[in-house]
Amino acid sequence: MLESLADILGAVTDFGARVDALFLVMLAASLILVAALVALVVGFCVRYRRGRGDHAGPRLDHRLEYGWSLALLAVFLGFFAWGAWVYVDQQRVPDGTLQIRAVAKQWMWKFHHPGGQREINHLHVPAGRPVEIVLASEDVIHSFYVPAFRLKQDAVPGRYTRTWFEADAPGVHRLFCAEYCGTQHSRMRGTVTVLSPDEYAQWLAERTPDEGLAEAGARLYSALGCSGCHEPGSQVHAPGLRDLYGRPVALASGETVIADEAYLRDAILLPEKHVVAGFDPVMPSFSTQIEEADLMRLIAWLRAESRAGGNDGRP
Amino acid sequence: MADRDTLPRPNYLLDGGTTLKRWLLTTDHKRVAWLYMVSITFFFLLGSAAALLMRLELLTPEGDLLTAEMYNRMFSLHGIIMVWFFLVPAIPATLGNFLIPLMIGAKDLAFPRLNLLSWYIYAFGAAFTVWATVAGGVDTGWTFYTPLSSMFANGNVSAAILGVFIVGFSSILTGINFIVTVHRMRAPGMTWFRLPLFVWANYATAIIMVLATPVLAITLLLVFVERAFGIGIFDPALGGDPLLFQHLFWFYSHPAVYIMILPGMGVVSELVACFARKRVFGYGLMAGSILAIAFLGFLVWGHHMFVSGQAAYAGLMFGLLSFLVAVPSAIKVFNWTATLFRGSIVLETGMLYALGFIGLFTIGGLTGLMLASMAIDVHVHDTYFVVAHFHYIMVGGMVMAYLGGLHFWWPKLTGRLYNEFWGRFSAVAIFVGFNLTFFPQFIMGYQGMPRRYHSYTPEYEPWHVLSSAGAVLLAIGYFLPLLNLGWSMLRGRAAGDNPWGATGLEWRTTSPPPPHNFRNPPVVQREAYDYGSDDAPVPDREMPR
Amino acid sequence: MSERPEALRFQFEDLDQQRAADEFGMWVFLLTEVLFFGALFLVYAVARWNHPEAFIDGSHLLNATLGTVNTAILLTSSLAIAVADLAVREDARRLARWMLSATLLLGLAFLAVKGYEYLLEYRHHRVPFLDRPFEWPGPDAREGRLFFNLYFAMTGLHALHLVVGCGLVCAMLWLNERSRLPARLTAQVRAAGLYWHFVDVVWVFLFPLLYLVR
Repeated sequence: MLESLADILGAVTDFGARVDALFLVMLAASLILVAALVALVVGFCVRYRRGRGDHAGPRLDHRLEYGWSLALLAVFLGFFAWGAWVYVDQQRVPDGTLQIRAVAKQWMWKFHHPGGQREINHLHVPAGRPVEIVLASEDVIHSFYVPAFRLKQDAVPGRYTRTWFEADAPGVHRLFCAEYCGTQHSRMRGTVTVLSPDEYAQWLAERTPDEGLAEAGARLYSALGCSGCHEPGSQVHAPGLRDLYGRPVALASGETVIADEAYLRDAILLPEKHVVAGFDPVMPSFSTQIEEADLMRLIAWLRAESRAGGNDGRP
Repeated sequence: MADRDTLPRPNYLLDGGTTLKRWLLTTDHKRVAWLYMVSITFFFLLGSAAALLMRLELLTPEGDLLTAEMYNRMFSLHGIIMVWFFLVPAIPATLGNFLIPLMIGAKDLAFPRLNLLSWYIYAFGAAFTVWATVAGGVDTGWTFYTPLSSMFANGNVSAAILGVFIVGFSSILTGINFIVTVHRMRAPGMTWFRLPLFVWANYATAIIMVLATPVLAITLLLVFVERAFGIGIFDPALGGDPLLFQHLFWFYSHPAVYIMILPGMGVVSELVACFARKRVFGYGLMAGSILAIAFLGFLVWGHHMFVSGQAAYAGLMFGLLSFLVAVPSAIKVFNWTATLFRGSIVLETGMLYALGFIGLFTIGGLTGLMLASMAIDVHVHDTYFVVAHFHYIMVGGMVMAYLGGLHFWWPKLTGRLYNEFWGRFSAVAIFVGFNLTFFPQFIMGYQGMPRRYHSYTPEYEPWHVLSSAGAVLLAIGYFLPLLNLGWSMLRGRAAGDNPWGATGLEWRTTSPPPPHNFRNPPVVQREAYDYGSDDAPVPDREMPR
Repeated sequence: MSERPEALRFQFEDLDQQRAADEFGMWVFLLTEVLFFGALFLVYAVARWNHPEAFIDGSHLLNATLGTVNTAILLTSSLAIAVADLAVREDARRLARWMLSATLLLGLAFLAVKGYEYLLEYRHHRVPFLDRPFEWPGPDAREGRLFFNLYFAMTGLHALHLVVGCGLVCAMLWLNERSRLPARLTAQVRAAGLYWHFVDVVWVFLFPLLYLVR
């Protein structure tokens, strides 16, 4: 019922409706509190104004303030738990998302669809299906913000961040950059167009490029020379990559990590950071030879090659 | 007090020389307070002018009055000046400087020359930064986030950062001075639990200044060397971590919020007690909650980073602690209200400001809870909702408290009374103007209007227009106390030593006080705020002949 | 004020209060310094946590011998200023003069050795800024830059503190010759000594973190 009440605010995702519901309840509680406070302050100021001589009588009991503090604490903890519950649910990306990669730069958003379709500032997504946005930044910190989804996630240079949403119905919504990013920050905005699944399929088909994201990654895999060492049967003793994504990797340091995007990104850019157990640290860093978009293509290919790829190795 | 008609009345404003040189070389804490007061007023006006220009620009969705770069410089200028050169020193360095020795019965602060040095450091650093922001322009925002500030922004960022770094030392020195003074300089009988809450609040503030400011200093210094010499520390291209900058920055800047608000709470406690003629309800818990806020304030910085990509578990801890820090704040609001119960209330100017503070602070605090509910923050982070929230605390809270305190202690500062009608009128005008300016920002913030936007999409226009109209009213409101108080210095009636009938040692000396504060060293025999006793002071507005 | 024989400043009631306030103030000041360097150590810790190999390789490139020599110099200087503190308290001005001079010379010796290290690093292309070429034997040169950036920032800031300390010791030497107020001088030398010890302690943490991580 609460969530239908929240419809008046116009969120178009389930997460958005839950945010609105929490907000409305907190707003109502706040209004009651403020009204009570105003009534008390104004009432006291009138009733006990100087010269009216009406201040005799017993003082307030100090147990009152302890009772008040504990009651408030309980209410606060309740709101915290509610907010945390909604937040944690949102942090958990569901399985089987449509993964769209976004590269932010001063002052535009570049989106890469899995099929290789690219667009700038104006993103098209299907309704009724969870869409995951993997964010990277080429320069400063930006923030992907769609008010209608109640959703915001910073894009931080040097790492991947991710967020996801599932829009209920077709429609066009604003997209803003919410983290101040320099002169044209306020121009770094666009739209998110939610299409019905059929329309989306049609939209994709009209724009099918020569090669998809993963195919481009496969091309880079040989063009950058990765295959020279990492292909089975190569002269160099290097770990194979084809079924790596989402799998646990034992490191020389004794740790075991999951080969997720952050790991693969580090493995390409900072190879010394996680040396795989049983291998020598011979791989050179590619940090100066590869740009964010190509990195995304490579990782998309690794993900496509892996049989564990679908769940990203995350819970 | 029978001898007061016959003895000469030494006066710190006149004794000790009235030339400019004498003022600039003074070590009297009361005069240093004036030096600060004049400087922060100047910076307040400068910061307000920048804000007005921004509000005018935002009247229309297109960026047509200022260029994008100019607008970005304006909000950076506004933020840098208001946070570091106005809000942080506002109450501690002016009213705190003036009142702490008086309230604890000391002749001066522990280190008077250090106190003057603090002001020179402040004035030099602030002037340097303002020169940098005006001459070369700074468009990073007051938060100086890397890598924007270190590698991408144009203009005089290095100089501005250096200036803020310098001003930090002024804060630290003031903090050290206050801590030592409160520990070592209390008059006989002035035990810790007889201290006025204003002193408690400034003491807690001083602790935050001493512990948090150096972290900001080193952080800004690292950004400075990165920008000026290319010694990259946070640079992601070298494997540095831009989020580490945010952690360090907010480790100072969140406690800094309490540097700004705690002294305001101290002022309001004094005002409410005096104008309700009652001991503050729950003195012990009030002092305790000041310390609790100061302590918990150090543990909540990560709530500025819920959407930055920090770990969800870290976010949960910061969210929980942010709710906890709200409890002592709520206790204070409750206790102020309870103090009014069966009081003897007069709505003098100071009281109106104090009540305004309570209302606006409560709204700011409640919206703060919404922001601490992490799910809501995902939506409203970096929108006008946040802008409205912290202006309710910083401007609605802090500036109201500062003005209230200024009016309350004005007779002590100057020995003059201001016009009571215009005082009350300006308190109401500021309250109305403030709400008109900032309440619409909550609404458009929830609708998704991002902050720091030079141009915006047309659906937000009506709220911006309302907000800009309020800003004009607010600007007029801020001029009224300036005129009223200025006028009182020239023409105001002479005030008695204790025009409000307040307790507290500062009211037991003359108005204005003698250079070393007390004719006879005071000895304290009473609890704070003993308004209930039969021989409690009564209002005394007549100048002794 | 200093003409007053009892050396009591007007704001205090008695000398005990004054002494207690002075010393307390110095401790509070040192507390801010702890936080100042503490944040810097935190930055170091995060960087090292992210890039452990680069930091180990980096520390091999530093001259541990010179670092050890400098540690010995600084520890000896702390001893000297501690003796000077005692000497001033007993009003043994000659001994104080010798010990303060020794402190100053040792401090300058530290700075000289540090400067020589910087020179070596400059010559061997280990300075990742000033538009110098940067040479790094391993594969992760980017993180190597980060290590050396931190090295220069941390040791540079420490050296700056030591320069201030040397200035303070100079002032103490001058006061030792001139001051006619033993109580006042004791407090001043005590404060200078506290500061000197603090700078020394910072180095005791810097040295193993930078030179000895293996």
